[in-house]
Amino acid sequence: MEQIRLNVNGKDYELQVKPSATLLDVIREDLALTGTKEGCGVGECGACTVIMEGKAVNACIVLAIEANGKSITTIEGLADGEKLHPIQEAFVEIGGLQCGFCTPGMILSTKVLLDKNKTPTDQEIRKGLEGNFCRCTGYTKIVESVKVAAQKMRG
Amino acid sequence: MEEYSVIGKRVPRFDSREKVMGQGKYAADYSMPGMLWCKVARAPLPHARILNIDTSRAERMPGVKAVVTGKDFGGWTWGFMANTRDEPPLAVDKVRYLHEGVAGVAAIDEDIAEEACELIKVDYEELPGVFDPEEAMKEGAPIIHDYRPNNVSVDYHWNFGDVEKAFADSYIVREDRFKTGKVIVGFLEPPASLAYYDPTGYITVRAAKQSPYFHYRHLAACFNLPLNRVRVIQPLIGGGFGGTKNDSVAGDFCAVMLSKMTGKPVKFVYTMDEVLTTCRRRHNMIVYNKMGMTRDGLLTAIESRVVANGGAYTAIGPLAMYLAGFATTLPYKLPNFKYDCYRMFTNNPVSAAMRGHGITHTRFACEIHMEMMAEELGIDPVEIRMRNAIDNPKRGEVYRTINDVSLKTCGLKEAIKAAVEDPLWSEKEKRPKKAGPVSYGVGLSGTSYLGGARQLGHQSCGAIVRICEDGSVNLLTGATDCGQGSDTVLTMIVAEELGLKYDDVQLQRVDTAYTPVDPGSYGSRVTALAGQATQKAAQDAKKQLVEAGAKAWNVTPEEIEIRNSVVYLKKNPDKKMSFEKLAKIASYEGSGAVILGRGYSGYGIEPLDFMTGTGNGGTGYSFTAQTVGLGVDMETGKTDVTDFTIAHDCGRPLHPISVESQNEGGAVQGLGQAIYEEFVMDKGKTFNDSFLDYKMPRSTDSPDIKVIDIITDDPDGPYGAKEASEGSHVSAPPAVVSAIHDATGIWFKELPVTPEKIVKALKEKGRWLK
Repeated sequence: MEQIRLNVNGKDYELQVKPSATLLDVIREDLALTGTKEGCGVGECGACTVIMEGKAVNACIVLAIEANGKSITTIEGLADGEKLHPIQEAFVEIGGLQCGFCTPGMILSTKVLLDKNKTPTDQEIRKGLEGNFCRCTGYTKIVESVKVAAQKMRG
Repeated sequence: MEEYSVIGKRVPRFDSREKVMGQGKYAADYSMPGMLWCKVARAPLPHARILNIDTSRAERMPGVKAVVTGKDFGGWTWGFMANTRDEPPLAVDKVRYLHEGVAGVAAIDEDIAEEACELIKVDYEELPGVFDPEEAMKEGAPIIHDYRPNNVSVDYHWNFGDVEKAFADSYIVREDRFKTGKVIVGFLEPPASLAYYDPTGYITVRAAKQSPYFHYRHLAACFNLPLNRVRVIQPLIGGGFGGTKNDSVAGDFCAVMLSKMTGKPVKFVYTMDEVLTTCRRRHNMIVYNKMGMTRDGLLTAIESRVVANGGAYTAIGPLAMYLAGFATTLPYKLPNFKYDCYRMFTNNPVSAAMRGHGITHTRFACEIHMEMMAEELGIDPVEIRMRNAIDNPKRGEVYRTINDVSLKTCGLKEAIKAAVEDPLWSEKEKRPKKAGPVSYGVGLSGTSYLGGARQLGHQSCGAIVRICEDGSVNLLTGATDCGQGSDTVLTMIVAEELGLKYDDVQLQRVDTAYTPVDPGSYGSRVTALAGQATQKAAQDAKKQLVEAGAKAWNVTPEEIEIRNSVVYLKKNPDKKMSFEKLAKIASYEGSGAVILGRGYSGYGIEPLDFMTGTGNGGTGYSFTAQTVGLGVDMETGKTDVTDFTIAHDCGRPLHPISVESQNEGGAVQGLGQAIYEEFVMDKGKTFNDSFLDYKMPRSTDSPDIKVIDIITDDPDGPYGAKEASEGSHVSAPPAVVSAIHDATGIWFKELPVTPEKIVKALKEKGRWLK
């Protein structure tokens, strides 16, 4: 077992983890934050996306020991209590989700995109979400949700 | 038109807050104290006799608590029909496809369970396999099931009218061979369940099922328990699309059996590798299509002979083959029709339902065939469809096809008109046809799908509307929202009927211990049938409430109306009270009352005849016209699809956001199957067994999509609604292939139309740019 320290959603954790454990295992099993999903398990679908040091990463292919000392945001860390983040509000208003399994990852990738680019074009939005697979929506309403979220965040 | 208060409004999805917050729980998100993990050990051969299974080493491994093999299920098998129950939970005497489950292990963690699977020693006698359905038809082909020595899992032979005479009288007749691909449904959430077999003989599972009542029956039958001792609790479902999540998987049976053996809760979560190599997939079908037309392009006859790759077991195959045939008489007037189909057993993973079930294969063939013949006759693609399209019946009239499918509404002509008036089609001549190596094309399709599907067995839906004494409301149904938006639609229906606000209604998800039995989510049936049950239950609750109100006000119930949570007299709206007050009066009146509204869908009694292909497969039929804009790189063969316009007759959109989303998502899923999705297989082995290698559409691959609603208000659907989940999935592949033809001048008859196929065809025609 290895000892690691993580800051997740603003809270510090000291954890004993197997050397083979992924960041996803630790988030879902040790921290019981099940909003982060496992889809493909090979870093292709983006369901397990979390923000690590400002970057969107696939938690299923990041070893927990690689995340040692890092600061991480999961979907549970986005809303302020019951008050939704503007990105979450936009996805609700526009209906940028169906089954919801890709949604946490999609929203976190959106946050990373909009933190860097406040006025993305449709093409930039599509490029920014390329790593997040959605089988339900055909992406139209997701792209629209991101545009509305960008407006809301610009105020 | 009646003005609705809630129906037709763009309310937020019922489940959107919990989903965007990451708070909604899916099956894999549940755990219990003392829980064990289950893994399934799988066969390394596609066809082999099992001589012996030695589990002793696995059982001795520290951390392993129990091991189950096929024999532990006592010979129980399951399947769609009584005479096709040919699938065991785990292989017993023989494995029939690669990676079929042979044993299950329960251990204190997932890694130990997986390692223990490696220690299970199975002695096999390898048997010759057969992997191609047409090979499986040949004399002397390896036999997969003894009860079907000719490998024919399902066959139907229907004949309506006189096709031979019609072909003889036709001006033009074509025969071509079409083929659809081997594809996965592509849900993102792998199958999972947390199972507990209480030693008193009571099963509780939280399982990822889009039709939980199938699973409830499977578990009751497998474990020989009465249905009232099987509790399937439905969590959120991460996508369904038919097949796997309508059914049970090896892990489901193993987890319950291992829980029974150990007395502990047992959980399993499939890996995506298991999904891609062992779960249900779409049938791929070979369609030999013969079509006749008059000189004016009017259809005279279709004869279709379909050979389907069924895989190792029957599953839902009898329905798939029925659907692939019965709807060939839609959406164009067809006076003569013959259908012969053969679903063949092969040593491949099991083929089953998928969105657009059955119909997508034969409609693809017919649409392309129709355009090929129109081209020969010099008739425009729009004109050929308008000449043949079924007209919208006048109110009160019914259109009957030659196989007695009945339509009360048909918006096809209106949909085609709307699609081709859209600039994507109407201004196509104004846009450049070429830029560099890219050749641009636009294509059209006009298709149909059923809503309110029927199959054999139980079909009715029920609903209970429970009025709380404070005026809030619970809705209980057996319907499952696997993403399509039905929880939202059903909640809206209750609010509409009771005169409440949408937020006043709370839907409870399926729990077979409490919610009414329901067939499940397939065949675009939930809005049509659970919607009807919900509407009636809400009306029943309202009747009871209004009667109590009438007594309190000393008026007749007919004088009272409820709107926006206010109860008032129709003639004197100033006489009013809140809905909350009415609920209190009704609940506390006399010694008190409990207001429960009950409703059932009134459909599903008429038996369905698979053997003759006569009659309705659904309560109503949707119609879709779709146009597609794309560019084909004439050097690399790569296709970039830029635009979809989908004009869809769903009767009436009850929740427009969900209807648009379903049309958009269904069409993009169809796009994947049109141009790149396909399992690469050899001798039963799936080579692209991860999301790295099995490509599905990403945000950058997907076109801009415009959805146009065609309103026909079907008299048989709640508020006029028909189908909105599958129609655009059927319309997308032929429209894409028609656009590829427009760009390249080549007709492709086999899906998917990959860059390799395009380059090969361009080379043959001397049009390759290199």
